[in-house]
Parts: sequence; structure tokens; C-alpha cells
Amino acid sequence: MTRLAGQVPVSSLDQLAAEIPNGAKIAVPPDYSGVAMALTRAMIRRGLRDLHVVCVPISGLQVDMLAGAGCIGTVETSAITLGEYGTAHRFQAGLKARQFRMMDATCPAVHAAIQAAGKGLPFMPLRGLLGTDLLKNRPDWQVIDNPFETERRDPIVLLPAIKPDFAVFHAPFADRNGNVFIGRRRELVAMAHASTASLVTVEEIRDIDLLASEESAAGTLTAAYIGGIAEAPRGAWPIKLWDIYDYDEAHLKLYGEMARTPEGFARYCDEFVHEQKAAE
Amino acid sequence: MSAFSRQELLINTIARLLQGCRLVATGASSPIPGAGALLARAQSGGRMRVNVLGSVRNDFLCDGGVELFDLAGQGRLDAFFLGGGQIDGQANINLVGAGGAYPQTDVRWPGSFGSGSLYYLVPRVILFREEHTRRVLVPKVDFISSAGPQNDGTYRPGGPIGLLTNLCWFAFDREQCRFRLESVHPGHTVEEVRDNTGFDFDCPATVPATAAPDAETLALMRTRIARDIAETYPRFVAQVFPDLAAAGD
Repeated sequence: MTRLAGQVPVSSLDQLAAEIPNGAKIAVPPDYSGVAMALTRAMIRRGLRDLHVVCVPISGLQVDMLAGAGCIGTVETSAITLGEYGTAHRFQAGLKARQFRMMDATCPAVHAAIQAAGKGLPFMPLRGLLGTDLLKNRPDWQVIDNPFETERRDPIVLLPAIKPDFAVFHAPFADRNGNVFIGRRRELVAMAHASTASLVTVEEIRDIDLLASEESAAGTLTAAYIGGIAEAPRGAWPIKLWDIYDYDEAHLKLYGEMARTPEGFARYCDEFVHEQKAAE
Repeated sequence: MSAFSRQELLINTIARLLQGCRLVATGASSPIPGAGALLARAQSGGRMRVNVLGSVRNDFLCDGGVELFDLAGQGRLDAFFLGGGQIDGQANINLVGAGGAYPQTDVRWPGSFGSGSLYYLVPRVILFREEHTRRVLVPKVDFISSAGPQNDGTYRPGGPIGLLTNLCWFAFDREQCRFRLESVHPGHTVEEVRDNTGFDFDCPATVPATAAPDAETLALMRTRIARDIAETYPRFVAQVFPDLAAAGD
């Protein structure tokens, strides 16, 4: 029988990854929010293909690994960066080899389009972008004249809502009813509202009720949005999780070196993705 | 005159350029702008707020990643910093890639981040790129991540006030849509700037040296400011303020 937290199924990482079909559109957060890296490794093990990854608003290691493993059909992002840990080699190689479609954006455009979906709106306007090659290369974005401005010409960009199938992220804990603590990381709430369901990994499930007090409820994503939870201690590793644990610098350096070549990346996956199955 | 490093001159210059701002933010990978902003705050007598991306102690935002952009849209964000793999003479910036045909560019950079909107909304954008070469400062960028001001009547409360590099400070003339060489850093020359700049710019007959930090400012920078920015950029502080790092602060 499936374990439940309230009405939310609690499963293993591989079971959670199995919820995602080929071709799914998934929304993922930036490093500072909580990246579901253990689940990402399970997704690679599952051999997912043709994912449309929406980075809200940027990503790094997660997309580099998914690109290297051939899981991606489209990348929609404002940046892919490994920061101090060097170049995103697998992402760059995949882009050059036309292995996926690239949709370059700018951070507030991704946020706005996600918010549009969260409000059930077809689009959201955004200031800026006029005269850019970003706009030129996004046929899905349109420019209209602001209908409320009558004195002068006021072109403004419209962004279609981004409606992901799944928001995928990692958080410190969920409560016994499947509510997830997200603290001040409100972009996780926006992602969850925009997506059909959220697949969430947590450090632990606590036997508490986050909605019982105003203080904890204010930092909570309510369980109604959650499609599944898996417990994954250190589930953001080797990326940091808030102020709970830091980047694993030595490991990221190792990744940066191994992922320079497809062969090195394959060896990395043998050692840290496929072999980890039992551990995770 | 006290001796100072290249980075200390840049931090001091940034702090000067931020005078009078109420709210300043810095973005990803920005230790020098971050230190400059924290210095400006320390000198503001409590009138300035600074948000350092990646900091815990100096990040007061609590409504998610969108809040910074909402602040800019509301007109509350007075200053921000943008760089570029390429920057051209019309102040177009390119954070995406160079050479080849987009998206399969020969060189690919991380991406445009928030530039596509912030450049249009923040009144005092400081373009900051340490490398001052013809590779970076080009006649025309290969990809426009964010466009320089066009003066075409479209909504544009924001834009660049100038471009700070390792060699000089160019002010941006919003009317002419051109850079003007405003000051050259001590130890460098106008000829050096000319030789290493790929775009045309205006140049007065005499160009002053960029003002050096005074002893009091240097002392502040090397103690409180270095300690503050070390929270977010420990490697930068170890490299630029080794005495502080050695003291174990």
C-alpha cells in the first residue's frame, strides 16, 4: 500500500521520477532555491527523453547533467551557469550539436509568464525587451501597443503563460499532511501554482502541521499543489540547500573536470548517477 | 597618497557613482560592484539600502526571485550593474554568445539574466567589465541581450550612465547615444584606452585621472566593507584583501 502524507503519496526517488513521462514540461528553480538533484539523478537513470525544461529563471548543474544525459528536448532559460565551478560543457556541447531547442529569455520574463499561468491568465505584459535579439528570436512573444495609453505610442511585450506539467524542486521538510515548507523562496510557490502538479523531494517528513500556526503557514506551500513527495536526505547535493548545507566544492570541481568530454561525463554518471541507485 | 590596488580604485569609483541612491542592488558574480555598493551605503549616513544577490545578511528581499524585478518595475530600484561578453558604442550589451549563427554561436556565455528588463527600468545602470580589450568593447555586438537607449519615444526610464573598466570610466551621453571618456585610471593613458577600444567615443582635449580613494575610505574598505562582502565572496576577499583574510576575520 502506498504511504501517504495526508492525501499526498510518499514514494521513492525512482517512483517519483517515474511520474514524469518523456516530453514533459518541467519547471526547475535556481541553485539558491533548492534543486532536486537526487531526483534529477533518478530521472537520468530512468532515461527520460525530450524534456522541456523551464528554468525559473536560471539553472546550472541540473540542466548541464540532463543535457549531457540526452534527456532534454528544449531549454527555456535566462542563463545556464556553474558559477565559480566553470563552464557548463555538456549544455554548451548539446546546444552546438542541436540536440535541443534553445529558448533564451530574461529573468523577469520567465517569472511573469509563470505568474500568468498561476493566475490562469493567457499572457502577461513585461516592460523592456524592445530592440533585443531575445525578442527577435522568440516568435512566441508578441508586441502590442498599450491600449490604455492614448497620448503616445507605447509598445509593450506580451509573454504567453508558461504552464509546466510539473514543478520539480527540493525543500527542507514537509509536514505529515504533505504541506511543504518553502520559507521565503516564493518562486517555488509561483512554480507550483503554474504547474499541473509539483513533485517535491524533502530532507525529511516531520510529524507536525505547518498550517497550525500563522508563522509557519506563511512559509508553506499547501499540499493541494503537491503530486508526490520523496524523502531525500541531502537531496540537493552537490548543490547547496539554503543555509542548511553548502555547495560540495570538491565534488563540483570534479564534475567540472569530468564533464569536459562526453566520455568523462559518462564515467561520472557511471560512478555518481547509476551506482547511487541503492544509496538513494 | 596611499597606495591602492586596481580593485580598490574600482570599488571607490563605484561608491562615488552611487551617491544619492536610496536603493541599490547587485547581481550574480559581482564582488566589486557589491563592495562598491556596501561602501556607498557606509558613506550614506543610513540613507541607502543595498541588496547583494547571494548574501544572507545583505539581502532584505523576501518575496522570491521576482521581487527584485518588481522593485525595478515600480521604479524603486535606483541603481544596478550589468556586464557583457561584448559591449558596443551604442551601449548594446551581449551576454549570450559571439560568432557563428545564433543559437549555435561559436562562443556561448551563460545568458541574459535580468538584463533584458532591468536595463530599461533602472535609472542608474553602471556597465561594469574589468577586461578592457577590443574583444569585449566592439563596434557592434553579435547579439543584443539588452539594447542601449534608442530615444525613440518608447517607455525607457532606465539605462546606462556609463561604463567602468580596468582602464577608465566612460560616461554615456543619452542624447547622442555615445560614450565620452570621462576619466582614465591612474597609471593608464588615453592612448591605451584608444588602442584597446573597438568602438568610437568622444574624447575631450584633456582627460582627468580617475579620483583615487583617500586614506579614510581605504581604511573603511579594508576592514568593514571587506568583512561584509566576504560573506558572499570569500575568494575575492582572500585575493584582494589578503591582510583581512590572514587576520581570520
